[in-house]
Amino acid sequence: MNQQSIVALDKVSLNYHSLEGETPALKGICMNVFKGEFIGIVGPSGCGKTTILSLIAGLMRPTSGQVFVEGREVDGPSSEVGYMLQQDHLFEWRTIRQNVLLGLEIQDKLNKESKEHTDHLLETYGLADFRNHYPQQLSGGMRQRVALIRTLAVNPEVLLLDEPFSALDYQTRLALSDEVANIIRKEQKTALLVTHDISEAISMSDRVLVLSKRPGTIKSNHLIQLSGENRSPVELRKAPEFREYFNTIWKELDVHVS
Amino acid sequence: MSVNKQTKPDSQEHLAYLKKVKQKRIAVRITQVAILLIFLALWELAAQLKWIDAFITSQPSRIWNTLVNLHDTGDLYMHVSVTLYETVIGFTLGTLLGTTIAIILWWSDFISKVADPYLVVLNSLPKVALGPIIIVWIGAGTKAIITMALLVSIIVTVIGVLNGFLDVSPDKIKLLRTFGASNIQVLTKVVLPASIPTIISALKINVGMSWVGVIVGEFLVSRAGLGYLAVYGGQVFQLDLVMTSVAILLVSATLMYQGVAWLEKRYLKWRL
Repeated sequence: MNQQSIVALDKVSLNYHSLEGETPALKGICMNVFKGEFIGIVGPSGCGKTTILSLIAGLMRPTSGQVFVEGREVDGPSSEVGYMLQQDHLFEWRTIRQNVLLGLEIQDKLNKESKEHTDHLLETYGLADFRNHYPQQLSGGMRQRVALIRTLAVNPEVLLLDEPFSALDYQTRLALSDEVANIIRKEQKTALLVTHDISEAISMSDRVLVLSKRPGTIKSNHLIQLSGENRSPVELRKAPEFREYFNTIWKELDVHVS
Repeated sequence: MSVNKQTKPDSQEHLAYLKKVKQKRIAVRITQVAILLIFLALWELAAQLKWIDAFITSQPSRIWNTLVNLHDTGDLYMHVSVTLYETVIGFTLGTLLGTTIAIILWWSDFISKVADPYLVVLNSLPKVALGPIIIVWIGAGTKAIITMALLVSIIVTVIGVLNGFLDVSPDKIKLLRTFGASNIQVLTKVVLPASIPTIISALKINVGMSWVGVIVGEFLVSRAGLGYLAVYGGQVFQLDLVMTSVAILLVSATLMYQGVAWLEKRYLKWRL
């Protein structure tokens, strides 16, 4: 893996304002993501995990500090960053193919080449037969796969995954996380995955960042090295080191039900 | 993994189920038609046997004769087309203007907040009360009637459509923003298409509102149209004429409503 930083946050802090007052969401976040890395971000609820993604996507500006993507400071959404939300948000009035072309349409990049690339993605990931179907005709797992292809269609370098599996049932979730990890590796993208699920983070990522309670700071950084021939997340869960990582991160999260 | 319907042959049990559903539907339809026929028959009978005074209540056969007369003189089509013209124009203007205003209010949070109390007040005002003002300002004629229809329908449209816009999931908008969408793109790619069901139900209400506006307008100023026919009939104490125009109104308004319902079906095929 070449050590070229593709996403960098430099002492990033962010405060939310409401009539009730000011809430510090993130405080002094410094991180580097290298090309081709898969980063998992875990942390307690409300610690600002999603805020980090919004900052990288250019949907928000930090109160202080700087965010860089490919060496340029982020000043708005760019086609280098793709965002995948918790729900698939496929548009019911568009067919699968029309949904997948949405990003290209908005960025005014619809041409023969980009359409062919998109059709190729649909075909590679087993959705070619459904291109003229409407979203309602597809299962939850398939819809989320369509959402991933919609994100990939604009050919971003970095993928931001904001709990993309949390709306799915457990089996679908496992199968889809496997598939998504494979797709992202195959397309050679860099990815940041925000999740509540520690196992998901460990099994999919090269590196897991643990955030503290609000205001979110980076508490620790775990390089994940699991032994096993098969790189598929479901198989990796069986690796002997998996438990150890899980226990360490679990302790760091310091979850109390009270 | 598709949830398409299975195409294997239906079992006996399933056929029986389908038959039961169909029978129930037929029974409902028969009862509906029967109620109408019995009502008309009783009305006719009561008038024939002088239980009621047909001079005041009219009766189906007289309504039919009036209808035939109006058809023979050609007046029927003149009156219907006048009213229909006014309603369609009022309806179209109400929908277009109402939707445009809703778009402006959606676009600017500031304008929307400023306009809010005015909308509430205008919505509760019975627009019919503005009739005399409209006549003085615009003159007694077709324009005044169309204005009336417009006034009655526009506020409801604005409120209905705006609520539809505001119901669009913020995450859908966020998704577009991550692709770098502009405000115009957010409007045309998600807010408008996602609100089409709401807009269509606003249209359905609007059809009724436009008829109210037009008929009231015709009561006040007109020389022709179904509303005029009804008022004229009342003035010369010809209840047959009044009842006939009401009957024609019933049919026309229903047809127009069905037209909108047809549009809904045609353009919302993705709602399966």
